[in-house]
Amino acid sequence: MSVHALTDSWTMTRRELARWQRQPVQLAVGLVFPVMLLLMFGYLVGGGRGVAGDYRDYLIPGMLALTMAFGLEGTMIAVTQDLDKGVIDRFRSMPMANGAVLVGRSAADMLQSVLTLLVLIAVGAALGWRPGGGPAALLGALGLLLLFRFAMLWIGIHLALVAGRPELVQAVQILVWPVGFLSNAFATPGSMPGWLGTAVEWNPLSHTATAVRHLFGVPGAESGHVGWAFLWPLALLAVFFPLAVRRFARLSR
Amino acid sequence: MADAAITVEGAEKRYGAKKALDGLDLTVARGTVHGVLGPNGAGKTTLVRVLSTLLRPDAGRIRVAGHDVVREAYAVRLRIGLLGQHAALDEELGGRQNLELFGRLHHLGARRARARADELLERFGLAGTGRKAVRQYSGGMRRRLDLAASLITEPEVLFLDEPTTGLDPRGRAEVWNSVRSLVGAGTTVLLTTQYLEEADQLADRISVVDAGRVIADGTADELKAATGGDRIDVVLRDADRLDAAVALLPLTGITVDADRRLLSAPVTDRMEALSAVVRALEQAGIQAEDVALRRPTLDEVFLHLTGDDTRMKEAA
Ligand SMILES: Nc1ncnc2c1ncn2[C@@H]1O[C@H](COP(=O)(O)OP(=O)(O)O)[C@@H](O)[C@H]1O
Ligand SMILES: [Mg+2]
Repeated sequence: MSVHALTDSWTMTRRELARWQRQPVQLAVGLVFPVMLLLMFGYLVGGGRGVAGDYRDYLIPGMLALTMAFGLEGTMIAVTQDLDKGVIDRFRSMPMANGAVLVGRSAADMLQSVLTLLVLIAVGAALGWRPGGGPAALLGALGLLLLFRFAMLWIGIHLALVAGRPELVQAVQILVWPVGFLSNAFATPGSMPGWLGTAVEWNPLSHTATAVRHLFGVPGAESGHVGWAFLWPLALLAVFFPLAVRRFARLSR
Repeated sequence: MADAAITVEGAEKRYGAKKALDGLDLTVARGTVHGVLGPNGAGKTTLVRVLSTLLRPDAGRIRVAGHDVVREAYAVRLRIGLLGQHAALDEELGGRQNLELFGRLHHLGARRARARADELLERFGLAGTGRKAVRQYSGGMRRRLDLAASLITEPEVLFLDEPTTGLDPRGRAEVWNSVRSLVGAGTTVLLTTQYLEEADQLADRISVVDAGRVIADGTADELKAATGGDRIDVVLRDADRLDAAVALLPLTGITVDADRRLLSAPVTDRMEALSAVVRALEQAGIQAEDVALRRPTLDEVFLHLTGDDTRMKEAA
């Protein structure tokens, strides 16, 4: 490990920020997409099955969690592009801290996720939605959402290092979307056929969504999910963080 | 050699059952340009990746700039520059941003990184393009920026993996000039190429590599001499007579390039061969446009060494 770990990580984070500055449109599209999903499900598709009360109170926490899950794709695309362009080879041939490439990636993706969450919440507020529970609950909810995103991030890095090429990202997208929609983001598991409902209840995304609903005071969201919304991401991190780090070190095999 | 910038002894690297490096030995003296010449799949990129600490060898003792590439990878990285086979740049950032980024990662500090970026852009004729995204660069510009990025800290040893593959003649000339200007600065350069002309133009010494090992080593002149010296070229006026000429000329080892109506063969006694050829053609009534004696090209040296004549016919 080198003494430059912090400065190198910061330099790598700034690299990502510079890319945003260069491509504001891309950044904006990334922010607008979840907003569109929210509007689509909130107004076009209409109320979710099995949801009592105001559908927006149910949907917005679900959308926040779903957006964090879809972040996996963005992480994967960025990492595979770097691998494909050979720029990671240049980083690895330089006397920089080994982990800085991955730390920079995480920092930038987490920053983008914070931005996305704030935009979604602002759009919700503009539509008249008000989260209950006060500022502490809001911070707690953001914390759980970002913890979930952090787990998705390391799954994304690991999958990107395994896949290696941008073409293979599409294959993963085909998997991410069903997992995203096989959750309680839009509708309650009780409204689904037995086995599907069970899968949806197990989905970590469902736990995070329900925990956020609980913190926001949505009726019917049980407090027990807050614990699961902690444990699931930590368990995923315990598996995928070391796998990704090992995979990165093994680029030299 | 005590004063070697690169020593490779018995380097081995396998991918599954495939031996990409199969007991490769190499020594490069400080301050020289060394060409590693070989066809696609010879193991050139694998060698460069091992030398630049990107890939762990399975076996072998490999030192670069006085340090072991496996046990002292960090020390090696402080002293090398790498120009990979494919551009290793951030396509979305501008040229200056790329160089600044790499400068900071070399721990130059913000101010020196910026100054160094400007200096390199100037030196590689990219001064006016520093703000443009690399994505919009031409192939030649991109390669020069890539080269500039590998020179941020004036490395002791520079690796160039097929620096001009895929470039048009102008881009190639640009890169060649840049490489030549480095040599004066005392940098040791290891350059891989499939172009014999490139090795001949740039390298002090050449190692010919095939199937993961060095099959010949020397200066361009030594390699040429090793393949038996002079050759005779005969260009016919009429392509239809090529077969007839091959049958009747008093030469062995004739190669034919039909498009150029050219016959070529090695000779031992220059003058005797020349007069014999002219006499034979005259007697058979075959008209020649040109008959000339010459030294072998590096292409012929290479084909001779790898013992694969089919490659030349494909290339022709
Ligand atoms: N990552 C890899 N996995 C499997 N085989 C590889 C890999 N990289 C290279 N090879 C094989 O190793 C041999 C040498 O490759 P390489 O070093 O790229 O040659 P060159 O650069 O001279 O074209 C080739 O047969 C190639 O197919
Ligand atoms: Mg190669």
